[in-house]
Amino acid sequence: MAQHQPVLLANVNRPDSEKIATYLRYGGYDALRKALKMPPETIIAEVKASGLRGRGGAGFPTGVKWDFMPKDAPVKYLAVNTDEGEPGTFKDRLIVERDPHSILEGVIISAYAIGAHRAFVYIRGEFFLGVKRWIKAISDAYQHGFLGRDILGSGFDLDVSVHRGAGAYICGEETAMLESLEGKRGVPRAKPPYPAQKGMWNKPTLVQNVETLANIPHIILRGAKWHSDIGTEKSKGLKIFCVSGHVNRPGNYELPLGTRLKEIIYEHAGGVRMGRGIKAIIPGGASTPIISAEMVSTPMAFETLQAAGTALGTGAVIVMDETTDMVEVVRRITRFFVHESCGNCLPCRVGGKRMLEHLEKLAAGTGSKQDIEDLEYLAGGIRGRTFCPMGTGMVEPVLSALRLFRDEFVKRV
Amino acid sequence: MDTQNISGSNEGAVVDPAKRSMLLAALYVAQEQTGYLTGDAVHQVAKRLGLTDSEVYSTASFYTLFRMKPVGRHVIQVCEGLSCYLNDGAERVVEYVGAKLGIRPGETTSDGMFTLETVQCLASCGTAPAMRVNDRLYENLSPASIDDILERLMGEV
Ligand SMILES: Cc1cc2nc3c(=O)[nH]c(=O)nc-3n(C[C@H](O)[C@H](O)[C@H](O)COP(=O)(O)O)c2cc1C
Ligand code: SF4
Ligand code: FES
Repeated sequence: MAQHQPVLLANVNRPDSEKIATYLRYGGYDALRKALKMPPETIIAEVKASGLRGRGGAGFPTGVKWDFMPKDAPVKYLAVNTDEGEPGTFKDRLIVERDPHSILEGVIISAYAIGAHRAFVYIRGEFFLGVKRWIKAISDAYQHGFLGRDILGSGFDLDVSVHRGAGAYICGEETAMLESLEGKRGVPRAKPPYPAQKGMWNKPTLVQNVETLANIPHIILRGAKWHSDIGTEKSKGLKIFCVSGHVNRPGNYELPLGTRLKEIIYEHAGGVRMGRGIKAIIPGGASTPIISAEMVSTPMAFETLQAAGTALGTGAVIVMDETTDMVEVVRRITRFFVHESCGNCLPCRVGGKRMLEHLEKLAAGTGSKQDIEDLEYLAGGIRGRTFCPMGTGMVEPVLSALRLFRDEFVKRV
Repeated sequence: MDTQNISGSNEGAVVDPAKRSMLLAALYVAQEQTGYLTGDAVHQVAKRLGLTDSEVYSTASFYTLFRMKPVGRHVIQVCEGLSCYLNDGAERVVEYVGAKLGIRPGETTSDGMFTLETVQCLASCGTAPAMRVNDRLYENLSPASIDDILERLMGEV
């Protein structure tokens, strides 16, 4: 695979990378200048042609989503999802803290393309530095004429404000985020209507992940073909892979989609600690099915991981070596989801708690064969029967671990 | 905490027209002085935004960063997530900090200085183990670095 210079992470290690002066010195806001001279339809067509898919977990084609935004609606909004909380994921925080202008430039171009004059940045409450960086970046952009009235003489107006969440993973789900932005409990809404039809204050709203938005200026400057030439057939462009767990060099690695897991783990992340073998890998964050070491040759792309029975999710690779206690891993992930359940629907709220009770018993060595069977029965029953996708995310680790590492559960009874 | 900025009154940023959407920001401001939401603070917020007290309580209680009970001056939140656990963190850090301060998760030291809590993934899995103290994130924790952090906080007047 061809070597790629970092694009999304090109700035993050420069001194004062978060400052607007640094951003401008390396060509920042050139894409905005170019975009404001293009008709909005051309920008949407370009993003569509680039093949960019959302980086927030679901992988929906970005240009298609932009096209869904009604052209004739008088009021439209853009909501920026900076709520990153999927265990294993730590890419959005890096961009927000070290290169906020790269997202903001993407925000302004996207808002121009869909005809929104108001953007809301929703940021996880724990990201205190990120909040400061967002606010400073927005203030500086106003001063430079990149925000406000008649941006760079184009006649386009845009205002952006920052809204802090307050500790609730579910608010990363786009409709729960809209509820939270409206000052309510972060309980997901029924879909349809989708946010593009009825979002913030019932107005058409485009919700986009931070990493997705950071791609936009590069697609505008370098062109759709540059982007669609990178990656696999159905997964285009560069992706930030967050690698953690038992590797020698955990961290964020920006690589083409389709890079094989083993290249990410052994070449970029420095291999497994103490030269141990791999037992299991979570390829896309805690809500994606666990895979075994045999799958290490799988290319990291939407379609290839799906074919392997798992998902690319947020691109968060958690590596577990041969000594890892899989019962404990599953207990810990389940505890996370039970803690974060919004409580709105029964299968997730009650089913999750009951799964955790069985897992606690199994982990403590006080469980029986019945606990394994009940756990599997519950997980199978919850799957696909919850109000929002979190319920399914909650059972994927359980079901995949029971399939792959059942002997470890059996040994505990 | 720089709540002036967070509440949206910084230069340039626009104050939100819809009052209700300011609720979370208002709760942060209300919580700042005492570290938790007093009944009076909730009432004030409700009055300002044209909501009932129970609407405000109902919303606030959904979010873990809003507190209904007093906390210590320094709130220590140790990540118990998977990557922190795989990096010898999580419970090990909780135990280490807890032993130093003589408290367990959910408790506050008798002098009111420290509260210990456990939290879910802090998006620092690549620099695990991690914990948050007040508004600051600490990564790549080791016993020595935890000692340093706690000593500095204890020395603060
Ligand atoms: C439980 C749950 C949590 C989510 N958390 C996040 C998140 O923290 N950040 C994010 O960008 N998307 C998150 N998503 C996905 C969003 O709902 C939405 O698909 C995404 O923000 C759209 O942006 P994108 O198309 O640019 O990826 C979450 C989804 C679910 C179901
Ligand atoms: S699946 Fe869970 S998080 Fe989603 S609506 Fe139901 S209770 Fe809430
Ligand atoms: S698991 Fe601790 S920071 Fe992610």
